[in-house]
Amino acid sequence: MRLEIRDLHVSVCKKKVLRGVNLCVEPGEFHAIMGPNGSGKSTLALTLAGHPDYVIEKGEILVDGESLLDMPPHKRALLGLFVCFQNPAEIDGVPLSKLLYSSAKLREPSLSILEFKKRLDKVCKTISVSPDFLERDVNLGFSGGEKKRAEVIQLLLSNPKFAVLDELDSGLDVDSLSVLSKAVNSLRGPEFSALIITHYDRILDILTPDKVHIMVDGKIVASGDANLAKEIESKGYASI
Amino acid sequence: MTKLNVLNSKYDEKYGFSEPERFVLKTEKGLSEEVVRKISQIKKEPEWMLNIRLNALKIFNSKPMPEWGGDLSGIDFDRYTYFASSSEKTADSWDDVPEDIKRTFDRLGIPEAERKFLGGVGAQYESQTVYHKLREDLERQGVVFTDTDSAVKNYPDIVKKYFSKVVPAGDNKFAALNTAVWSGGSFIYIPDGVEVKIPLQAYFRINARNIGQFERTLIIVGKGAKVHYIEGCTAPTYSTDSLHAAVVEVVALEGAKVRYTTIQNWSSNVYNLVTKRAFAYKDSCVEWVDGNLGSKLTMKYPSVYLKGDGARADILSIAYAGDSQHQDAGGKVFHLASNTQSRIISKSISKGGGRSSYRGLVKVAQGAKDCTCTVQCDALLLDDVSRSDTYPSMQVDEESATIAHEASVGKVGDDQIFYLMQRGHSQSEALALIVLGFISDFTKELPMEYAVELKKLIQLEMEGSVA
Repeated sequence: MRLEIRDLHVSVCKKKVLRGVNLCVEPGEFHAIMGPNGSGKSTLALTLAGHPDYVIEKGEILVDGESLLDMPPHKRALLGLFVCFQNPAEIDGVPLSKLLYSSAKLREPSLSILEFKKRLDKVCKTISVSPDFLERDVNLGFSGGEKKRAEVIQLLLSNPKFAVLDELDSGLDVDSLSVLSKAVNSLRGPEFSALIITHYDRILDILTPDKVHIMVDGKIVASGDANLAKEIESKGYASI
Repeated sequence: MTKLNVLNSKYDEKYGFSEPERFVLKTEKGLSEEVVRKISQIKKEPEWMLNIRLNALKIFNSKPMPEWGGDLSGIDFDRYTYFASSSEKTADSWDDVPEDIKRTFDRLGIPEAERKFLGGVGAQYESQTVYHKLREDLERQGVVFTDTDSAVKNYPDIVKKYFSKVVPAGDNKFAALNTAVWSGGSFIYIPDGVEVKIPLQAYFRINARNIGQFERTLIIVGKGAKVHYIEGCTAPTYSTDSLHAAVVEVVALEGAKVRYTTIQNWSSNVYNLVTKRAFAYKDSCVEWVDGNLGSKLTMKYPSVYLKGDGARADILSIAYAGDSQHQDAGGKVFHLASNTQSRIISKSISKGGGRSSYRGLVKVAQGAKDCTCTVQCDALLLDDVSRSDTYPSMQVDEESATIAHEASVGKVGDDQIFYLMQRGHSQSEALALIVLGFISDFTKELPMEYAVELKKLIQLEMEGSVA
């Protein structure tokens, strides 16, 4: 999936957060966005997902040439856009397995429960979660690490074409980070692209980016290859 | 927020159909001693039952309209027909049921459901039970599952012993009304020690307009016996109101276990005023599983009198109130003996200006030692125009009692909807998922067919709720 963002201005609660973002991710590419706290990275993720509180003042978001601006969140999702949230919502009384199955059925109405089980078992093995975990209510009382696992399970089962990972690495231990980023990396292919939002370059060791962008104050102020991330890691954002 | 006309239109599609009115027998409109005598006469009842009816009519006339609950001002007792019958007798073969009635129940999935998983089934159309069938193996074990009219004729001793004893006519105005004009309903008798492993089911249907349905259900479960009874109710959608005032009496003898599951989905012009009560003797267990959708006003508080040591009560109810609907529901438990346990879980959902109230009573009598009671009532509001109230009442006269009460009112979070939408669910699908999650404690207690049906109903209700 090809994502193109043109001169994007976004405000939240009347406060301007994004001030002219330009970005183009070609099919098959992984891009990383780094930047200090409050620079607008998560705003970009939520805007792409179509959160109603994020008001687009100006600009355009195109997916394979089609504008997302008037598209409700679920239509975007069904196109193959998946956003891994930093703070996913809790859904009382709905086991994760039920959400996974109902979401999968939306994409493939003819999907049988047996075929679904097969895929689910495989995903659970890949990221080492027990079946008990799937029977817990979605995100309810999950630890930080468990929330990320639940997000990645959903990502893997959703047949995504474009993933936005909003700080997948925050609150994860080294081993979990390795397991989850390897799982995401397994999706790499000519059709699948990803936008990886992060503070640290560690996640990029496995999810090696084709391009790295630095966002400061609602704008992309620098772009480069994977080395840019290393530079930031050693020198900080002030060097940009 | 869109007005919830969708609710009614979807209801129409599924349950709102009606057959032309065709009555074999019918009383004139309004309520009088003459009408009561005529009902009794049509049924060829013994005098003792007529006397019970006439006495109840006096009580009904003497009692004022209750004012503590929902708005009953729209009820005009003179406007209803109190007895109407489209069939002369109860059939025990589906082929013998009159064609138009059969069509109705076929559309509602009866007796398809019977073939699938039921031990017995009864179907009531207007005032009369039109069909009753019990599996032969259960019949051989002495299980009785019939309509209450037949029971008066065939099992007079049992009926005399228990009828109106659990819910006396003087209990409330609508119990008195029912006792005066009751017709149909299920009568179940399970002999000592018999465990009925498959559910028994009844289905109640109001077809005509301005009619009252007053079924009377009496369930006696013998010592150590076990039964699960399920009932479902619907009516077509008319612009004038109908009245459903049922009475359900359950007696669980020593060590008995009984579960009573109801899913009511009345059209939005039915006053649904039901008194359900059980007596639970030593070490017995009574469970009410009570789902209330639709109706204009429902007032229903299934109750259990824990009369023997070690008896248990479990009341699980959900109520869904849409546009112009008021669900006033809850539960009551009376701890009258020691070591009795009870649990009330009530979940309500209000949408599109609907109102749901939890009304509950827990009483622990003096001398009933070491009782425990848990009450949990949760309300979910789907928008800003809907309403939820809680009226819990506790009267604990015994120090050794352990009582826990939890209540919560929540609104569906925008973040929850957004989250599910990001996973591909439309707004109404997301809402349905959240609502079904909210009532999952209830749904998992239902037989599969009912759980699936409830899920479909909730999904339909959520469509059209989207701004």
